[in-house]
Amino acid sequence: MARDRGLYLRRRVANGAMHVLALLSALFGLVWLFWILTVLVQKGVPAINWDFFTKLPTPPGTPGGGLANAVAGSLMITLLATLIGVPAGVLAGTYLAEFGRKNALARVARFVSDVLVSAPSIVVGVFVYAVVVMPLHGFSGFAGAVALAIIMVPVVIRTTEEILNLVPDSLREAALALGAPHWKVILSVCYRRALAGMTTGILLAVARVSGETAPLLFTALNSPFWSPSLAKPVATLNVTLFNYAMSPYDDWRNLAWGAALLITLGVLFATILARVVVGRIRI
Amino acid sequence: MTTPQAPAEAPALTIKTRRTEAPSVAGGLLARLAVDRLNFWYGAHQALKEITLPVYANEVTAFIGPSGCGKTTLLRTFNRMYELYRGHRAEGRVLLDGKNVLDPDVDVTALRARVGMVFQKPTPFPMSIYDNIAFGIRLYEKLPKSVMRERVEIALHRAALWDEVKDKLSHSGMSLSGGQQQRLCIARAIAVEPEVILMDEPASALDPIATAKIEELMDQLKQRYTIVIVTHNMQQAARVAGYTAFMYLGELVEFGQTEQIFTTPREVKTRDYLTGRFG
Repeated sequence: MARDRGLYLRRRVANGAMHVLALLSALFGLVWLFWILTVLVQKGVPAINWDFFTKLPTPPGTPGGGLANAVAGSLMITLLATLIGVPAGVLAGTYLAEFGRKNALARVARFVSDVLVSAPSIVVGVFVYAVVVMPLHGFSGFAGAVALAIIMVPVVIRTTEEILNLVPDSLREAALALGAPHWKVILSVCYRRALAGMTTGILLAVARVSGETAPLLFTALNSPFWSPSLAKPVATLNVTLFNYAMSPYDDWRNLAWGAALLITLGVLFATILARVVVGRIRI
Repeated sequence: MTTPQAPAEAPALTIKTRRTEAPSVAGGLLARLAVDRLNFWYGAHQALKEITLPVYANEVTAFIGPSGCGKTTLLRTFNRMYELYRGHRAEGRVLLDGKNVLDPDVDVTALRARVGMVFQKPTPFPMSIYDNIAFGIRLYEKLPKSVMRERVEIALHRAALWDEVKDKLSHSGMSLSGGQQQRLCIARAIAVEPEVILMDEPASALDPIATAKIEELMDQLKQRYTIVIVTHNMQQAARVAGYTAFMYLGELVEFGQTEQIFTTPREVKTRDYLTGRFG
């Protein structure tokens, strides 16, 4: 009995120790996120005001400037990247899940997209610089969108494939047994069933690229002016943040904090939206 | 699409199974489907061997036999579902009203409009109850809304589901109970007005009450349709089927009227299986 009691005690202590250790690790992870958010809010909120969204940047020392052009530029480039990257990614993912399943092309495509997912984004930036910026003799918002789209595609491919793989084959067979052609089965049965998951994947991909700076440095470059044309260099929050944060001017650095806060909130919003979508879409 | 429902005009086929004589009552019956020396391979493995049997119109025919005997494989040749998978190959003839459905010139879509299928697990589509039924109809016909509503209602009536869902046609088909989902799938299959309905263990995932409803339904449906059911449940075959085929290791051991198969089987294997000596 005495030995048993010792054993139980030891187990209880070990159990408690593991519990505390796991809890501390979880808190450790959370602390950083909240620390980042707190610092960003502290330093960023004073910079965000009406001018921030409506005025163009001013030379250092001139008060009252904003980052309106960068906000608009970021939105435009991300939107265009989504318009290019999502259809391409969804269709490729559909090929892998619905048509290619086991053939050699699908295997290669799967491997390549896995490699691309983890490719450093700066490499994508340099690549787009070589194949889009140099031939067109100029930086452009379009090149920036292409770079972001390239980063997006493999992410969307893999989530689309994985989500479509969760659609049971019995459902496909049931639709095919009614005489429906394969494309119709995919569009009206598989996509519908996979809608929540695919939307989440897309939103997470958008969140991912909206935080990217490196691929934009060599492509969209930057601009202190309104840039309604994507054929010219376009200001983005990320690159502006990069430039302003390293500048010696206090007012620019303040704006950089504002930009940092806005980017973080954007990513946070997309991520939360993705979570909500999963819960909301009921079929 | 018109459904040929005049058995008298079609030529009556007299089919002899390999091992048993065709039952005498078959003389006046129309074989809606006639399987003729059918062989089937999964790659190198032969899953069906020289199957020959009739499926009589407006009857329920049951395929029974131990797991792996080929009964589901046989069922899936009737609407060419096996074609979805590489290496699956059928040789021989499956005549639907005299035309071999295995011929390459037969349009699979048209075939599947005439030969509907209900699966083991209920497979409602991720859409409303109404759209679940309308989905199949829309594949073949462009109907004004009012006519479509009527067709949906008729299908749900025939599947004995109308009273339970008439107030919630816009609800998701996946919100129904398992038994209701399966009747929804039956309604979906009959909405396109097929001639034959294939049922692959339609009640094996259902509770006894839902099973009883499906069995009752089969009895009504055979007035209009020809039904083929694969079942593991011998009592179920005895209850619903007018004809039963017993299969073993890819061969048709015995085919005949259900009563005869169950009371006076001709083959020793059939008797052993029915009395639970193997399988």
